[in-house]
Amino acid sequence: MKSFEYTITDPVGLHARPAGVLAKEAKKYTSIISITKGEKTVDARKLMAIMGMGVKQGDTVTVTIDGPDEETVAPIIETFFKENF
Amino acid sequence: MITIQGKGASTGVAIGPLYYYQRAKSTIRRYQIDDTEAEWARFKAAQEKAIEQLGELAEKARVEAGDEAAMLFETHQMMAEDMDYEEAIQAAIQEEKHNAEAAVTDTAAQFADMFATMDDPYMQARAADVKDVSNRIIGILTGVVQGGINSPVPVILAADDLAPSETVQLDKSKILGFVTEGGSGSSHTAILARTMGIPAIIGVGSQMKPEYEGREVILDGNTGNVVVEADEATKARLLLKMEEQKKQQELLNQLKGLPNETKDGHQIRVYCNIGSPDDVPAVLKNDAGGVGLFRSEFLYLNCDDYPSEEYQFEAYKKALSDMGGREVVIRTLDIGADKQIGYFNLPHEENPAMGNRALRVCLNRPEIFHTQIRALYRASAFGKLSIMFPMVTSVWEVREAKKMCDRVKKELTEEGIHFDEDVQVGIMIETPAAALVSDRLAKEVDFFSCGTNDLTQYTLACDRQNDDLGRFFNPHHLAVLRELKMVCDNAHKNGIWVGICGELGADLKLTETFLAIGIDELSVSPRAVLPLRQKIRETNVAAVKDKIIADLLSDEGAIVG
Repeated sequence: MKSFEYTITDPVGLHARPAGVLAKEAKKYTSIISITKGEKTVDARKLMAIMGMGVKQGDTVTVTIDGPDEETVAPIIETFFKENF
Repeated sequence: MITIQGKGASTGVAIGPLYYYQRAKSTIRRYQIDDTEAEWARFKAAQEKAIEQLGELAEKARVEAGDEAAMLFETHQMMAEDMDYEEAIQAAIQEEKHNAEAAVTDTAAQFADMFATMDDPYMQARAADVKDVSNRIIGILTGVVQGGINSPVPVILAADDLAPSETVQLDKSKILGFVTEGGSGSSHTAILARTMGIPAIIGVGSQMKPEYEGREVILDGNTGNVVVEADEATKARLLLKMEEQKKQQELLNQLKGLPNETKDGHQIRVYCNIGSPDDVPAVLKNDAGGVGLFRSEFLYLNCDDYPSEEYQFEAYKKALSDMGGREVVIRTLDIGADKQIGYFNLPHEENPAMGNRALRVCLNRPEIFHTQIRALYRASAFGKLSIMFPMVTSVWEVREAKKMCDRVKKELTEEGIHFDEDVQVGIMIETPAAALVSDRLAKEVDFFSCGTNDLTQYTLACDRQNDDLGRFFNPHHLAVLRELKMVCDNAHKNGIWVGICGELGADLKLTETFLAIGIDELSVSPRAVLPLRQKIRETNVAAVKDKIIADLLSDEGAIVG
């Protein structure tokens, strides 16, 4: 299992379009990618659940990648967060 | 005539018959099903069809309104195939044996509720997206086509609020403008209206009544007014406004990107006067080369106390970065006289025009000046800034003001804060004294900008706000024009540039004169840029120059003196 912490810099937070692209991306891999904020954890493949977390600018989330391809997937997802959120 | 006040969300004027958007009936049949597998397959087929349609809409939106509009439909596609959404529908069909239409309706309500109750306005607005996607799937399931415009002539379209997919599917050639009961300036209807360049008025609420359907309405997107069956005078006025905007648009199409160059190859810079960073889009839209006068007073007028360095810095930085490297001349605080601010506690004066105003206030209250100059230099790192001091009469004032600039530059260097070393410093020429000693002032600064409103008032000793003095207040007076020529000559002798930022700059009757005396820059309101460019391009300076200069110097002749 791999994980990293990320603090949202985008003024709109985890907004619809990049969250949608993330959901699509997450479906490509065998590993389960999940996002945790406080006590709430959601599967990154679920667009509306991600949006429903209400993650705002300045919030820190933990992203976990768990599965056989986690070594390759983790850096891809981390870059995606930096570029989009 | 009925006038309805809404909020203008997209500018322009439009006239036409009012038409209410026809929406497909949203009541659906509910029933229990037996064959859950067949019903689930029916949903999957409708979902697939919806995703396909949304893909087509994304492409249509990309062509009509750009990438941002297209992204919206791509997001809708993703919502349509969201796992939780799909699972909830599946459970409703397979476990509760609801028909697909009911399953989608209930699931949509559940997700829309989740978004609507979030505390973030962006997320709240997503509730409309979920409903929009779901209505599309329901429409496919029931075979009902979404409503459009069933009118042979173009109309003003009224609706409670249009969903993004509804807006993009409309036949654009049939729409002259939008009126919506609800909506916000950042709603999809507003955004699409702006991209399409047609007026939109939002938030009219229940003032808009179905019985107005078919009547003639006029929308004024600039004021947010909707006029139903306008009287003759109102109609004439608004039609004139529409005509003007049409002309402006034609000018823009014709002249955008062309140089401000006379027939004989003489170029002049045409800049804009603005009062806040919000005016920058108008500057860019009218294709001006820069900002020749940014009045910084708004920062002070919008506050209940002296605006902080940080607050000012952000505003200057925004204007500079939005102008994308084009020059922005920011005038330091110009209050006093007709512009008073309570918290400055300036004592009442019998003769404020001659009183404690503009640079005088700044030199008398250096702490206020210091804050502004610091904010300006800090912002200079984000674009091409020039600083201009108003209401100068003597050389020593300019030297004292420049000392403040030097002090600030030294402080910022010591604090390791980056700024532009090449910020130009200039002054306004708006007093006869400044015009008369402009040869000496030119040695102190990088540029002059003539404020013709005050220059005329001080030169002619005539209050421009006194209605009884109309015939005495003549900005075309020989004395004013001679001052301008003198200022030009003294500027050029010393190798600095000179502009005009008063209302006279946009006076097309004087454009030839300004070109003849060698003005380098004219700063005018955004809407005056293109008419001025047109006038400049029609002028042949060489052909008229000698006669104009002779007239200016003559002790008798055409110019009123």
